[in-house]
This record gives sequence, structure tokens and C-alpha cells, in this order.
Amino acid sequence: MDKMPGWADVLLVPLISLLLAAIISALVILAIGESPMEALSYMVEGALGSTYGWGYTLYYATNFMFTGLAVAIAFHASLFNIGGEGQATLGGLGVALVCLAVPWPHWALALPAAIVGGALFGAAWAFLPAYLQAKRGSHIVITTIMFNYIAFALIIYLLNNGLKPIGQMESSSARFPEGTNLPTLHEILAVVGIPFSKAPPVNISLFLALGAAYGVWLLLWRTPLGYEIRAFGKSEPAGKYAGISSTRIILITMVISGGLAGLLAINTVMGEAERLVNNSVQNAGFIGIAVALMGRSHPIGIVIAALLFGFLVQGGAELAFWTSIPTELIIVIQALVILFTGALDNMVRMPFEAFFTRRRLAKAARAQSAARTPGE
Amino acid sequence: MDYATLIQVLDSTIRLATPLLLACLAGLYSERAGIFDIGLEGKMLAAAFLSAAIAYVSGSVWLGLLAGIAASMFLSLIHGLASITFRGNQLISGVAINFLASGLTVLVAQSWFSQGGRTPSLTGEGRFTPWEWPFAEAILPVPVAGPLYSDLISGHTAIVYLALALVPISWYVLFRTRFGLRLRAVGENPAAVDTAGVSVVGLRFAAVAICGVLCGVAGAYLATSLQAGFVKEMTAGRGYIALAALIFAKWRPWYALYACLLFGLLQALALRFQSMDAVLASDLLFSFGIMLAAIVALIAAFMFAKGRGLSPLKVMAQTVAGLLIASLALRGLAAIGLGFTIPVEFMDALPYILTVVILAGFVGKAIPPRAGGEPYVKER
Repeated sequence: MDKMPGWADVLLVPLISLLLAAIISALVILAIGESPMEALSYMVEGALGSTYGWGYTLYYATNFMFTGLAVAIAFHASLFNIGGEGQATLGGLGVALVCLAVPWPHWALALPAAIVGGALFGAAWAFLPAYLQAKRGSHIVITTIMFNYIAFALIIYLLNNGLKPIGQMESSSARFPEGTNLPTLHEILAVVGIPFSKAPPVNISLFLALGAAYGVWLLLWRTPLGYEIRAFGKSEPAGKYAGISSTRIILITMVISGGLAGLLAINTVMGEAERLVNNSVQNAGFIGIAVALMGRSHPIGIVIAALLFGFLVQGGAELAFWTSIPTELIIVIQALVILFTGALDNMVRMPFEAFFTRRRLAKAARAQSAARTPGE
Repeated sequence: MDYATLIQVLDSTIRLATPLLLACLAGLYSERAGIFDIGLEGKMLAAAFLSAAIAYVSGSVWLGLLAGIAASMFLSLIHGLASITFRGNQLISGVAINFLASGLTVLVAQSWFSQGGRTPSLTGEGRFTPWEWPFAEAILPVPVAGPLYSDLISGHTAIVYLALALVPISWYVLFRTRFGLRLRAVGENPAAVDTAGVSVVGLRFAAVAICGVLCGVAGAYLATSLQAGFVKEMTAGRGYIALAALIFAKWRPWYALYACLLFGLLQALALRFQSMDAVLASDLLFSFGIMLAAIVALIAAFMFAKGRGLSPLKVMAQTVAGLLIASLALRGLAAIGLGFTIPVEFMDALPYILTVVILAGFVGKAIPPRAGGEPYVKER
């Protein structure tokens, strides 16, 4: 029996959690001697006040859609993939190798190849932890954390040895050929005559991310495999009883998850930097955890949560530019969102469950007494 | 490699292993009680900041230490509330705590000191001073034993000795007291503890609190002993290495010491040599082989004198043989022109790689406490 109506579960509880996170964030801003309202207005103005701001907001949101989906699909199988950061880092390597391997004549040719490269490398980095979880029972949370650090070390090594062109001081790869430069939103919207700022790096990857969200929805709710993933996630013994192989589900889910995280590199490495630099992921893998939790692991929720975090990151950058509040404020907000929507979910949920249960019981009692009265 | 260099490397091994050891023991108490804690990193970071800030403002490192412990305890309380009281996901709570500390420390540091998210440098009473052991100066000229005593054993700060002392203390508390038995039981089978009339919630909160204190000390050590002040993200993944060491140690105090010393050694080597070629690596392996052989010989003599068997030393003897053979092999490779360089990045990643290997169960199986990560629900 459901304890709460559906709308309360999908809307009310996440909104209250978000409100709590917002109130505490405001208190933090007050505590460091700044005005929360002023901070908010700087953020709104900087992130949503111009197509320039929107461009950056959407650029960051694209990142968080990929990583949010990656975390969410693993959540559906009851797997906690903290390795998005490392998988996306490796995805960057895959994208860079593809872009540098061939003198691509046109982005339309380079993009599918880069998608394969990014997804493949990201998936490969998720495969080993998944295999160890499925076959050897190694806890996937710990192994994915370890793989993050191994990925960082690997990329730093490769950037200094091999990927860096001879004679270059900065540790980054060579610039990708012209033919791999993705069309920006400015160019895409210009086709239909909508003016959009030229500066922000938002590009065609935004549509790739939205497509990925739709794809994940199709996979999870419209295919037998998605059904198996969700059934396995709800109850492993029940899944086993229904003939669902745990090894198969863990491997497939994590490979998809790692692949999605790897696709982030299309946006950052191919779309923005146009070469491989160190720390190309910029925390997006971790923010994906907050996005997946806030979006309740549903693609629609994730797209909305990704937009919110895109706004926060871009707004936070503007805030740091105009005031003395450092960008780390966003990490605090991210932490509070994870805390309230993830770890303290029950704290918000319990009072509502009690309230709705009491109300339903009262209604049932009233109905019973009403049914009895005419007969007497 | 000469003896002086070896002593230097071992000296910094101890310094670098201390925060790992404290955090590892912190995790040990928490995880033995069934509360997974990936928030070690965040608690250390918060403690490092507040200890440095208070030590700077008050000029007393001891007040700083207390403040550090308070900061870490506050985060522990959040973790306890989320994972014990509200039966939330312990892993997610740990992640949130890490981010909370990562963001808040910089935010507050910037607001208090306006130095780009760091505290001013600590001097004098604001830092822990090294303890010089008796006769350290006098013994120094004695060959071999002199530097060993004066530079390696003497001359660390109080927290280093505290961390080392906590290993036998933790072993005693966990395996020889009633509290320890109950704490371990609550991590294996909370229902049984509950049936015996002991509070599961109380025990778990106690474990989380101990974890908070130890992480607080670890963080304070980073900012007021190892370094002089707080720097943004100064824990640099140590909380995760401690977690790795905990798994490496299979949740046991003495093994935690060995694991932390090993990981501390890797950090010390990476710090001292950056990248290593085959000859240097061979030298190092040889030195450690000889050193370990000396320790084995000492223990063997001791056990022989007491009339006990020597079988427990088999593993150590095998390790010595392995080190020496590896050393010779590397030297041989270098001699025939197959020498190679071990990059510093590999040294940095080695603790994580070793942990994955251990977790994979190829070198002994690491089995966590059975009820770890599961919130306890009394009413069924």
C-alpha cells in the first residue's frame, strides 16, 4: 500500500528538500557577511539575464545531463557509480584519440566516431569495477573511487608523455583539426534566424544529451532489458528468481553508465576545449550524483535538475566575479542538495508519510461511519 | 642508496603515514560498527581548516586541535543522523559530507582571512613542536643506531606518537573489552545485540563519535604539524587512501598500521624521488629487503630465546626473499639494457591500484563487516 499520493512523492518531497538546501545556503551566505537576495540576483542576472549567460548555463547543463543519467541508470540497478569523474576523464582520452587520429574533413563525420570513442573508453573504465563487483564481490563504490584516482594519474602521465606535442610547455594534447569543431548553438540557431550569443561554448552536444535522456527513458521503461535492470535494482533475490542474471545486469548497466559519462567529453573536450587538457571533467562527474538524486533518477527530472545545476554553476561563476563570494559556494549547495535529497530523504519524507497515512485513515473511518449511518 | 637517505625516507614515511593511520583507525571504529564512512576525507579537511584557523587566532595549537575535533564531530553528527536516525544511504551521506567540507572550508577561510581560501601561516605556539627524546643529540654520532634513534624514532610531534599508540589501544578496546565486543557485534549482527538489550543506536553513535574525534586529530595534524596552516583541498585524497588502507588491513588495527606505513612509504618515495629508474628501484628494494631481514632476525632471535616456534615469521621471510629477488631482477634488466623508468604518476596511483587488487580478492579476501552499510530497523 502506498503511503503517499504520487504527486507528493514526485514533487512535494524533492521541492521541500530543495527548499531546505536553499535556506541553509542562504544562511551560509549570511554567515559569511553577504546578502543572500543580492547573491541570488547576481546569479539570476549572470546565468539567465542574457543569451550569453544562458549559453553557459546550457553548456554546463549538458555536462550534468550526461553524468546525471550515468549515475541514475546505475541507481536503477541499485549500483552507486561514484566513478563518473574517472569515466568521463577516460572518455576525454577516447574522444581526443579519435579526433587526433584522422584529419577529419567535417564534424558530421567526426562526431559519430568521437561518440563511439568517448563512450567506449568511458564504458571500459566502468567495466572493470563492474566485473569485480559481479564476479568477485568487490564493493563498486570503493573500486569506482579508486578508479577515479587511477584515471587522474593516467591522464596526467599521458598528457606529459605522448599526447603532448614536442616542444610544447603546457601539458595538453595538440589542438584538434578544424574538421572536428562542433557547431555551436549560435550557429545552429542562426539557421532559423534566432540571435544567440557567440561566446559561450554550448554546442550540438546539448541535443545529444537530450537524445541520451530520451534513450535512457526508452531503455528503462520500454525494453525488456530496462525492465530487468529495474527489477534487479528493486530486489536482487526476486530478480534472480525471475531468471535475471546478476552478472549480466551489473555489467551491462555499468557499461552503459560509464559510456554515458564518457559522452560528457563530446561537450567539454571536443565542443569546448578542442584539445585534451588536464581536469577536463571539472567535477561534473560528482555533480551528476546530486543531479540524479534530485531528478529522482528519471530522465525528465534529470534534465530539469541538470538545468538547475547549470544555472548554479554559471551563476556561481558570475557571483565570484562580481562579489567576494568564492565559486566554492556551489560545492556547498551541491553538498546540501545531495544531503537533503539523498541521505536525509527520510527526514523530509517521514512527516509527510505520517500526515498522509493519518489523513487516509481518517477518511476511511469517516467513510465507514457514513456507510453505517443509513442502515441504523 | 646511502643510509642517511634511507633514514630520511623512513622519517617522512612516518610523518606521512600518521594522518593516514588516524583516519584509517577512525574508519575502523565506524565500519566495525556497521557504518560505512566515505566522509573521512571531508572530516579531515574540516578539522584541518578549523584547527589552523583557531590556532592562528588564539595562538594555541591545543585550542586548534580541540576546534578541529569539534569540526569533525559536527560532520560526524550529520553522518550519524543521516545513517542511523533517519536510516539514509550511508554512502550518499559520506559523499555529501566530503563536498560540504570541501566547499565550506574555502568559503569560510575566504571570509575570515581573505587569502584565497587559506589560513595565514602558523608559527611558534600555533604549531606542534617535535619531541626530542633524551640523549638524541648525544647518540647521533654513533654509527647506524645514532641516526636511527635521533632522526627516526625521536623528533616527531606528539600526534605521531599518539597515532602509533592508538594502534595497540584500538586493538585492546575492540578485541578485549565488552564495549569492543558489542561494537563489533553491532557491525555483524545488530539484531542479536538488540535482543541482548543493548542499544544499537547508542553503540553506533558512539562509534561514529570516536570516528569523528580521530578524523579531527588527523586533520589537525595535517594543518598544524605536517604543514603550517590550511590550504584549500589539503587532504588531497588522504581520506580515500585511508579507506583503501582499511580494506587492505581487512578492518584490523595492527594490519592498519602496516598498510598505512606502506602507503606512507609510497608517498614518501614519490615525494623524494619523483620518477624512479630501474637502478634506483632496485637499490630501494634491496635496502628494504635488508632492513626487513634485520627485523626478522631480531624477532627470530627473540622468539628463539623464548622457546617459541618460528613459523609466524614465514611470511616475512618470504617477503624479504621476494624483495631481494625483485631487486636483483631489476638490476639485471638494467644491466642488459632493458631498464625502464617508473613515472611518479604510477607511484601516486599505486595505493589505489593495490586496493583494487586486494578488493578483487586475488591477494587474500577482504570481507567487510556483514551489516556494514545497512540501516538497522528495529520494528519488523
